[in-house]
Amino acid sequence: MSSPFVQAMVDAAALARLPGSGIAWLDAARRESLVAFAAAGLPPPRGVEAWRYTSLRPLEQRRFALGDAHAAARAVDAAAWALPGVDGPRMVFVNGAFRADLSALDALPAGLTLLPLSRALAEDAEPLRFFLSRMYRARGDAFASLNSALAADGAVLRVAPGARVAAPVHLVFVGAPAEAELAWHARCLIELGEGAELELVEHHAAAGAAPHFGNLLADYVLRERARLGLAVLQDGAAAATLFRRAELRLDAAATATLHALELGGALVRHEVHASLDGDGARFDTRGVFAVRGRQHVDTRLHVEHRGRDTAGDALWRGIADERARGVFQGTIVVARGADGADARLGNKNLLLSPQAEIDTKPVLEIHADEVKASHGATVGQLDERSLFYLRSRGVPLAAARSLLTYAFCRAALDSLPNAPLAEHLGACLLARLPIRSEETPP
Amino acid sequence: MLKIENLHVRVAGREILRGLSLEVNAGEVHAIMGPNGAGKSTLGNVLAGRDGYEVTKGSVTYDGRNLLELDPEQRAGEGVFLAFQYPVEIPGVNNTYFLRTALNAQRKYRGEPELDSMQFLKLVREKLKVMQISDELLHRAVNEGFSGGEKKRNEIFQMALLEPKLAILDETDSGLDIDALKQVAEGVNALRSPERAFIVVTHYQRLLDYIVPDFVHVLADGRIVESGDKTLALKLEEHGYAWVAERSPVAEARA
Repeated sequence: MSSPFVQAMVDAAALARLPGSGIAWLDAARRESLVAFAAAGLPPPRGVEAWRYTSLRPLEQRRFALGDAHAAARAVDAAAWALPGVDGPRMVFVNGAFRADLSALDALPAGLTLLPLSRALAEDAEPLRFFLSRMYRARGDAFASLNSALAADGAVLRVAPGARVAAPVHLVFVGAPAEAELAWHARCLIELGEGAELELVEHHAAAGAAPHFGNLLADYVLRERARLGLAVLQDGAAAATLFRRAELRLDAAATATLHALELGGALVRHEVHASLDGDGARFDTRGVFAVRGRQHVDTRLHVEHRGRDTAGDALWRGIADERARGVFQGTIVVARGADGADARLGNKNLLLSPQAEIDTKPVLEIHADEVKASHGATVGQLDERSLFYLRSRGVPLAAARSLLTYAFCRAALDSLPNAPLAEHLGACLLARLPIRSEETPP
Repeated sequence: MLKIENLHVRVAGREILRGLSLEVNAGEVHAIMGPNGAGKSTLGNVLAGRDGYEVTKGSVTYDGRNLLELDPEQRAGEGVFLAFQYPVEIPGVNNTYFLRTALNAQRKYRGEPELDSMQFLKLVREKLKVMQISDELLHRAVNEGFSGGEKKRNEIFQMALLEPKLAILDETDSGLDIDALKQVAEGVNALRSPERAFIVVTHYQRLLDYIVPDFVHVLADGRIVESGDKTLALKLEEHGYAWVAERSPVAEARA
């Protein structure tokens, strides 16, 4: 018997009018994905390692309406997505629906193709076939299957070989209040040709209290020597449920760098799967999650080294306050034959309240020789000596705690090359930090 | 300014201070000397308000108030400053930002207007001259990667900037070579004034050649067992701490 969540999705699918319907292979893929999702349901509380720390039981009882019929009419203030240092082409999705009027797609730089998935499917679906036909069959892939079945829009972005897109491209997903609790599924396909360069900002914002369910699936393909700089700011509505999964494939000498800041949402899952297929490929990740209240934010990083002499440096920080829970699962796999891999994984966490919880699980799987690999994870509290030092100089306890917490996270954000954006992310983080007085109970 | 009466302090279940009394007036410099384990650092920490120091008996009155009921930050706002024996490294916190935050927090506490960054930098430049500190240190994280001497000079620089009424120097001379020691002493001497008092805690007499105290106290076994003028420090240097123990049967009995 399926849960309310699953049943509502399946029911909605029967009535959904999705772009590109009538294309035989796409219809088949969607149908098959829906069947897979309905059959498996949401991952069970036990038995699926990837979901070990995140219970989907409360979600299972909720029903979301599919899509927002009034998305085109929702008033959203541009302040919701304004970011310093980010002034390139922009695509805005409100409750999952593309909003041409809020986007900035005129005069795209040479070599950049950027259009909504709905239009790409109408114009020429064939180049998307490889991605949109993929079946997600692993246990725990429920949301990817659901996305494959129901994605109504998204971004299709291509950078031509050798093209360098200097101004950062801004993909904005805004949750706006609606008459019902909505579900949206967006699919993004991003491809960088040989030697192409792109700065991309994935931005989740809120235009008010919107307890919606968002599901984003993004595929990244980096051809030889391509360079991708990806920054993610997740500052969704406090009541939002957000599942995101990024799949990256890197060819030889391709380089990708991810900087992620997770602040918003009630239940959030952020999965990053990267496969370093080509020799000399490199994928560095930097991330911070800062949670409070009863937030639950789960980050899952899975990097596979397949080519020779690949490299990856992962540096993540987590802080949890009040009754919030943070999860970091980082897995590095060095495949057989991936000799010369250099893989590092570090995750440090800070608990700011006795009721907060952070689970961190770093895993290294090495099947190759001559590999440099290290991992470390810690969960601790603020250093009492440092706190006393600051207080002895006159800094009040609450401010001292915030200052130290901010300092703890900075290492992960400072390396973002876009300085105005890095500063803004720092300010967003600082604004979120608990300024608690002694009187407030934990 | 400061009156400590019969102070008893426990740390981790052990009684470290056992009836310490001391009176310090504005403008005075008091040196506290004593062997290792006598309770010298405990005195500094308990005055600054560190957690884990349990006062079981006695009182500390500062400017007519019960100092012990104030939080560390309130004590700082009231003008109490502790130069740490082991200054803490705080990665990720810029030294300048830290100093401005601290100074403005104290000014706010006292109801004074906060300084903007221009006013603050002007003040910093003035104080830098006095302390002969390279402004490069200001751009680094607090004490991170500082040499021992740089850390101690940074403590005195903070003191110059925060202008406390009562400064407690906890073994500021330890680990310093003679040049660094002189620099630190010069910084302290530049701050001596009729309104300001110092408690200089040290194991060695050497520092007192450069910071000449008005009073010298010998702390042994958690109490002040001998007080005198600066010549007491010289006698200690000559005879060692055993000499005090011989003259103080109580201390000897407990030792």
